Amino acid sequence: MTKYMDRTGWALTIGLVVLIVVNFFIPEWFRAILLLSLARGSVALGLLVLWRCGLISFGHALFYGFGAYTVALIVKYLGITDAFFTVACGVVVAGGFAWALGFLLRRYRGIFFALLNLAFSMILYGVLAKLESLGSTDGISLERTTYLWYAPEGPANKTALFFFAAIMTWAVAMAVHHYLRSTLGYMTTAVRENEIRLEFLGYSAERAIHVKYTISGLVGGFGGAIAAMTIGHVDPDSMAYWPISGDFVFIAILSGTGNVGAPFIGALLYELIRTYAFEQFPGIWQLIMGGTLLLIIMFLPNGLWSLVDLWKKRRAERGRPAAAAEREKA
Amino acid sequence: MDTELLLIILVDGLVYASYLFMVSVGLTVICGVQKILNVTHGSLYAFGAYLCATILIVYAETGWPGAGAFVIMALTAIFLGIVFGIIIERGLLRFLYAEDEHIIVLATFAAFLILEDVLLLIWGTNPYIAAEPLALLGQTDIADLPFDNYNLSMILLSALVAAVLWYGLRRTTFGKMLLAVIFDRELAQSMGINVTRVFLLTFIVGSFLGALGGAYQAPAISVQPGIGVEVIVLAFAVVVIGGMGSIPGALIGSLVVGVARAAAVHLEPVLELFVIYMIMAIVLIVRPQGLFAPAKPRKI
Repeated sequence: MTKYMDRTGWALTIGLVVLIVVNFFIPEWFRAILLLSLARGSVALGLLVLWRCGLISFGHALFYGFGAYTVALIVKYLGITDAFFTVACGVVVAGGFAWALGFLLRRYRGIFFALLNLAFSMILYGVLAKLESLGSTDGISLERTTYLWYAPEGPANKTALFFFAAIMTWAVAMAVHHYLRSTLGYMTTAVRENEIRLEFLGYSAERAIHVKYTISGLVGGFGGAIAAMTIGHVDPDSMAYWPISGDFVFIAILSGTGNVGAPFIGALLYELIRTYAFEQFPGIWQLIMGGTLLLIIMFLPNGLWSLVDLWKKRRAERGRPAAAAEREKA
Repeated sequence: MDTELLLIILVDGLVYASYLFMVSVGLTVICGVQKILNVTHGSLYAFGAYLCATILIVYAETGWPGAGAFVIMALTAIFLGIVFGIIIERGLLRFLYAEDEHIIVLATFAAFLILEDVLLLIWGTNPYIAAEPLALLGQTDIADLPFDNYNLSMILLSALVAAVLWYGLRRTTFGKMLLAVIFDRELAQSMGINVTRVFLLTFIVGSFLGALGGAYQAPAISVQPGIGVEVIVLAFAVVVIGGMGSIPGALIGSLVVGVARAAAVHLEPVLELFVIYMIMAIVLIVRPQGLFAPAKPRKI
């Protein structure tokens, strides 16, 4: 295994292959759910990066909104529908704002960090909802996406978007995974455990947090851009309002911080639970979501990924007596 | 700007500020003692409003004196405060005190989602309107604009609540115990203060204040789904601006936000939607702990 292709790297790649293969066998509605899961999972991945150092943002719809609106505004005002260009712009704009806000936010910890993010996301929501040129409360509809010189029509468009999103998300997840395994990435845990000691070692905790925040914004913007192209429409209520931020935190809790793949599994599960609850029990779907969240906090505080860790531990324990017996034989 | 407009902004701002204070003071009390941001506060407000409106509608049909409505509000709030206080604190929060503060916020958020649907299951989606107390108190003209006396009376009520809380905290034994717990939970426990009981009582008082806010507001608004969400986000902002756990902070925070919002409504309506968050962001940038947050020792 090379430095890049460790077990998580292989798992992500296999995930990508699986997605591309299943694309030909799944109904339309399920593909939409998968696409949204990729988008929202990306934002939750941004939260994971922050969470590793003990920070959580209650306003990550801020970057989701930046990404989505950048794509929509480019389509509306510049008439450019190329996916590579618009997504790149969305990522850069969201990342740029995260970088700028980072100078301020890196001084905050705990609940203040979370709530300041919420305040900024609500300011964005207010601006988007009030300004006519940004679509106001009605939002902006997107034209069909194109890919360099390829402009698919009809059902091919959906497949193209799905492939595009899957491959891009794979690249993003691989990049974040690589980052988390770098020295700067490992500092996350140190920041969470004891900042003062980290600073005594000669590192700047604030700088580490700033980098993380910027990465988190970039990834969030990417998720927003994919979501905008998936839904084909952006409006403040579904892109920047605070319950959307709540959804991301929900997904992050559900998945746990164990692995960069976890947020995508969590996002898929979240979308499935919500779709099912909304279809089957429209009167009490919030109750079901709240109940699920509560059960996870109470019984799986490290998210679904802790089940994988548990399984690994069990397997290791089962392996040990066998190894001991073998040694005796020898 | 002419003086009349200024007066209107001031009165409007005061009314809105008293509403904000009523909904955020309970939150800040709980926040100060238990160090948690309690999202279910919004549910308490909504339950207070719904239950009170339902009873008031029935009461209006009996033809008994209108002043009884105010007794009903108080009783509703006390009832809800005790019932929900015990259920939420004993049934949920006490298992979570050891957890990270984010986790507790999320747990109360989950409980809030559940309670939102319980609310819908009990009362449905139709709005409830119980405006008799509003009509009972009549109107006053300020600068040629009619203001409901009922809304103005809310200013008095919040002043009363603030005074009672101040007295309770500074001049009674329980208040002093509370301050000891706020200062250092473990030390207070080792001095023989029953922290578990203090927590439960604080939570009941906080929940009572939330429900009272809803119950008193009920005649002035159309009670419908979504009022809890609106309140909790506003109350969060006020508490953060004032400094978590500070009652004077909640008072000043409400005043600042209330007047700023009234000014925005009358002068620049575009700003109304996010003026409160702008203030929150500015305050946090200048004073990261909020305006009146109690000083905290740094622990290494």
